[in-house]
Amino acid sequence: MTGPVLDVSNLQVTFRARGRSVTALRDVSFTLHPGKTLALVGESGSGKSVSSLAIMGLLPKNGAVAGGEIRYRRPDGKVSDLTTLPEREMRKLRGSSIAMIFQEPMSLLNPLFTIGDQIGEMLLLHDPLDAQARRKRVLEMLELVEIPAAASRLDNYPHELSGGMRQRVMIALALVCNPTLLIADEPTTALDVTIQAQILDLMRRLQKEMGMSILFITHDMGVVAEVADDVAVMYAGAIVEQAAVDTLFARPSHPYTRGLLGSIPMPGRPEGERLVPIPGTVPPLHAMPPGCAFAPRCKRADHACEHPVTLSELGQGHRIACFHPVSQEVEHV
Amino acid sequence: MSEPLLQIRNLSKRFETPRGTVHAVNDVSFDIPRGSITGLVGESGSGKTTLGRSLLRLIEPSEGQTIFDGTDLNRLDKSGLRAARRRMQIIFQDPVSSLNPRLRVRDVIAEGLRAHGIGNARSRRDKVAELLEEVGLSADHMNRFPHEFSGGQRQRIGIARALALEPEFIVADESVSALDVSIQAQVLNLLLDLREKRNLTMLFIAHDLSVVEYLCDQIVVMYLGRVVEKGPSRPLYRNPSHPYTQALLSAIPMPDPGLERSRTLLKGDIPSPLHPPSGCVFRTRCPKAAEICAAGTPEPVTVGQFHQSYCKRIEGRHATT
Repeated sequence: MTGPVLDVSNLQVTFRARGRSVTALRDVSFTLHPGKTLALVGESGSGKSVSSLAIMGLLPKNGAVAGGEIRYRRPDGKVSDLTTLPEREMRKLRGSSIAMIFQEPMSLLNPLFTIGDQIGEMLLLHDPLDAQARRKRVLEMLELVEIPAAASRLDNYPHELSGGMRQRVMIALALVCNPTLLIADEPTTALDVTIQAQILDLMRRLQKEMGMSILFITHDMGVVAEVADDVAVMYAGAIVEQAAVDTLFARPSHPYTRGLLGSIPMPGRPEGERLVPIPGTVPPLHAMPPGCAFAPRCKRADHACEHPVTLSELGQGHRIACFHPVSQEVEHV
Repeated sequence: MSEPLLQIRNLSKRFETPRGTVHAVNDVSFDIPRGSITGLVGESGSGKTTLGRSLLRLIEPSEGQTIFDGTDLNRLDKSGLRAARRRMQIIFQDPVSSLNPRLRVRDVIAEGLRAHGIGNARSRRDKVAELLEEVGLSADHMNRFPHEFSGGQRQRIGIARALALEPEFIVADESVSALDVSIQAQVLNLLLDLREKRNLTMLFIAHDLSVVEYLCDQIVVMYLGRVVEKGPSRPLYRNPSHPYTQALLSAIPMPDPGLERSRTLLKGDIPSPLHPPSGCVFRTRCPKAAEICAAGTPEPVTVGQFHQSYCKRIEGRHATT
């Protein structure tokens, strides 16, 4: 077995805002193995999207990687640290061997060009083909993402397509150069559940066929359970719990993970049983508590939690950052 | 179920567009029992938001009746409507764009009281303080501006504003959709508390089916402007009878990786409301569609107590007992 496709270690990202520097990512480490899906799950401000932008080298101007490594294994087997790669090299990787899809397809699609032209241009940037071969390849891509009557869609503009169709076009655009790493940032969040089910189904099929690895960023624990092999739960810029998907849902051990699961109104819950919300809100980045960032909202917190906490191993790759882990199994009704 | 506070009868809303007529809401009828929460679900384009607004006449319905506590709202003149409006309020999805950024929280909440000439400055101030405490904020928040609050807090302000006039009926349109799940759970529990305390009647419009099941006593499922199934929440979720409801429920991603489910994947998108399919509007995406579905709108079939489904392919008990 070859090594991981993506190996992020001790990643730190800082932002400058109004003259002060705030830490948006603290010591984030995770590995993504070939052909697998790793879900980064968390609420607003958890740092899940910042992680993906750091990997793509697309942090906004006031943000910077302040430490750590992002080791990416290229299709030829060579491993590079993306944090030190020159922009010219990075640009070659982006869109070819590392691709990204977003929540809002219109942030990627240009409203002034037909979808055929846009996918064709992506091909041209990374793979020199003549016009006819290119059009044929574009058509294959649209068929691959199950766009009905694909040939008649080539000359459509993005606004002529439904939200679900646009999402498919964006996936085609991302996959046209056969990436080995796909970063999917909330790709189904804006979609209706029936369309979300279609897109998740499509992504699963394409992953199986093309063998790519997916870093899947989402806030939805239900989606995590459907797509992920491994999960990293993020809170306020750090990973608080990490495990294989079955372990995480069977034995969620961080009080935050528990709280998140307890907040979800899962269908079929006992009638009349109230949800148990997490009290309070996420602290702002410039006012993080010195110890565990979750402590101010945590029922189990005590003096120990005023000290910095790091991830420690519970066994079999299950790691958590907590002084007072929850140990019981989750009961499934 | 208790007597209805709201009886919606054959309500329709049509929009004329350059490309033709859009039947956004088409011949919708259901009751909202007093003190209950009714969930209105469906995908984008199902007409649920238009329906919610037509009930309050924020959008003028094209035809049909909305009988609120014995009075048809659609026949009221301007002053009659103004009086009735005191008794019903709406909470929006986006607490940022629905709160005037230039007003202090106390003015946002007291706006309705002032508009209806209720109380004086001092009594209104006391009322605002009381409302803020009731929704889980504190009275000294009243002098701040909306941008100083988090999303969840702003939604609480929106709820306090809606409660200011002591309404009996509230339409909540995607009121928790923009919130993170831990905050969403806080607001859902608040809505349940308020319902108990104030005996509120609510129409809760949402696309998130799990949220709706948690909160609501009865559910109305819409597709392309029409009701396809309605019934009490538990039985409807346990035994959805309309193929659309079945597909919708099977599409919910469940936070349980070990769960084996059979999923009905719907093909394609919701059709354009400019050219809805003939007969049953769902038939173009329905896994059970047959020839009979193309002709004539399906009549309601009783499939359980207070539980009806608009589908020609299911066998119901026609005798209602």
